[in-house]
Amino acid sequence: MTSPTLDLSRKPILILDQVTMQFGGLVAVDDFTAEIRQGELVGLIGPNGAGKTTVFNLITGIYHPTKGKIVFDGIDITPLKPHQITHLGIARTFQNIRLFSDMTVLENVLVAQHHKFTNPDADRILKINGKSAKRVANFWFWRSVLKVGYLKFEKEMVSKAKELIEKLGLSKFMHEKASALPYGDQRKLEIARALATDPKLLLLDEPAAGMNPKETEDLMRFVERIREEFDLTIFLIEHDMKVVMGICERIIVMDYGRIIAEGTPKEIQNNPKVIEAYLGREWEGV
Amino acid sequence: MTFFLQNFFNGIMLGGLYALIAVGYSMVYGILRLINFAHGDVMMMGVYFAYYSAVVFSLNPILSFTVAVLGAAALGFLIDRVAYKPLRKAPRISALITAIGVSFFLENLAVVIFGAIPKSFLDVFKDKSILEKTITVADARIPLLTFLVIIVTFAMFSVLFFVVYKTKIGMAMRAIAADIPTTSLMGVNVDNVIGFTFALGSALAAAGGIMWAMRFPNVHPYMGFVPGLKAFIAAVFGGIGSISGAVLGGILLGMIEIFLAAYFPSVMGYRDAFAFIILITVLLVKPSGLLGKKAIEKV
Repeated sequence: MTSPTLDLSRKPILILDQVTMQFGGLVAVDDFTAEIRQGELVGLIGPNGAGKTTVFNLITGIYHPTKGKIVFDGIDITPLKPHQITHLGIARTFQNIRLFSDMTVLENVLVAQHHKFTNPDADRILKINGKSAKRVANFWFWRSVLKVGYLKFEKEMVSKAKELIEKLGLSKFMHEKASALPYGDQRKLEIARALATDPKLLLLDEPAAGMNPKETEDLMRFVERIREEFDLTIFLIEHDMKVVMGICERIIVMDYGRIIAEGTPKEIQNNPKVIEAYLGREWEGV
Repeated sequence: MTFFLQNFFNGIMLGGLYALIAVGYSMVYGILRLINFAHGDVMMMGVYFAYYSAVVFSLNPILSFTVAVLGAAALGFLIDRVAYKPLRKAPRISALITAIGVSFFLENLAVVIFGAIPKSFLDVFKDKSILEKTITVADARIPLLTFLVIIVTFAMFSVLFFVVYKTKIGMAMRAIAADIPTTSLMGVNVDNVIGFTFALGSALAAAGGIMWAMRFPNVHPYMGFVPGLKAFIAAVFGGIGSISGAVLGGILLGMIEIFLAAYFPSVMGYRDAFAFIILITVLLVKPSGLLGKKAIEKV
């Protein structure tokens, strides 16, 4: 496998610069500084409550950081709204699956493609000026409401969605309700839905949660496959050490909102700070 | 049989009107979990828009209908932007109280702009003979207007169902009803879709209100209250949050009211009370309504 672990020639796609998130008196994320490079597969681990999901929520614009800056692909995304950040190319999945359970598999994917045909220039314009992008997006939105020349686009959208569903091996469920799928396939559908937004960076929040060893194995192959096929950078949270150590090139370890270690899987396994965070410290002299 | 048919058509008509208004309540509730108490008043404004475009600006009926429907849609959109959007993240009760405030505001605004003296919607028709025309179906004489209302109502429902189930914006509406944050992470501009939902609901309410005014031609600033309340009951009856539920609830409520009044004329005076009896019964027996889904709260 080609995994140039610390290949500094690859340019950073996501930069978190001294990001801090406070909820009242609780500091959930504290002075978090990290870089994800183009094409990397990075893991984020840490004990429960360490602030991992909060980091994802900050990147995707669900929360806005109290302090610090988040830069994606050269654009400061700190003040942007979730849908604008999605337009720029960040997609995510959730710890507890959040599909639109009453909608079919096809519809789930279609919703995610929504913006692509609404606003083809969003990427470009957002780079120049956040405000005018909003105006363009609004224009396209009303145009879609009024259906000016839209039926053709809609057909194209459906065929693209079908293509994606087929690629990910879910086509036998095409018109089934999302809630009717087996658990492992619901996870896959959630990833398919994220891919439909055409991301450059994919954030996976505990993709292997609740899976048996066989499903976990499948998932690992699946993640590696889509990474190649869709040319993705992946940042994932995971508790299953087999997954993390098996596919991640680099690992960031968090505890109490802070980064306590960073390195290759080997380095992390032997890092005393990490062992302490997970297992607790031995009392000296006892 | 004749008597039955006569009442059947009246019931469908009244029920269709309730349904047209009820859909707006249900769609907004489905998305924001908000009872938009101003909905009946948006309907009232729509009726005034129609009245003024026809009587003062002497537009033809179809044009004034269109102007009123679009005007109400714009008003609904505006209300969401000004009154509800700033409260999206506030506790639900804040938005609810705001809705009551918007309702009072619109009623009083109408008093100031249009005056409190009731107007007769029949002024809209230059040629009053159209009101007298009837069609005979199996000996039952049905007013032409009743047919017209039924046809327009069903046409509007077809458009509504097409929009909600066959278009992209409708899909976004359904996605938002399921999960707002996730939908926004799919790249959907949630605020625009919510605004569109308000516009769509208001347009249907205005259409319902105009046809209501053809039947009950007394136009005044508080005219939105009773149909608004009945439509709300219809929405709860059918299962609030569900569009087909609102349609079913509206039609059933209209039918029940008409048939009870027709076959038990002695209780006619209590007609409005039946709606509330239905509401209370539904809340006791099946709180989620006829087509509503049983909500299981995560503990």
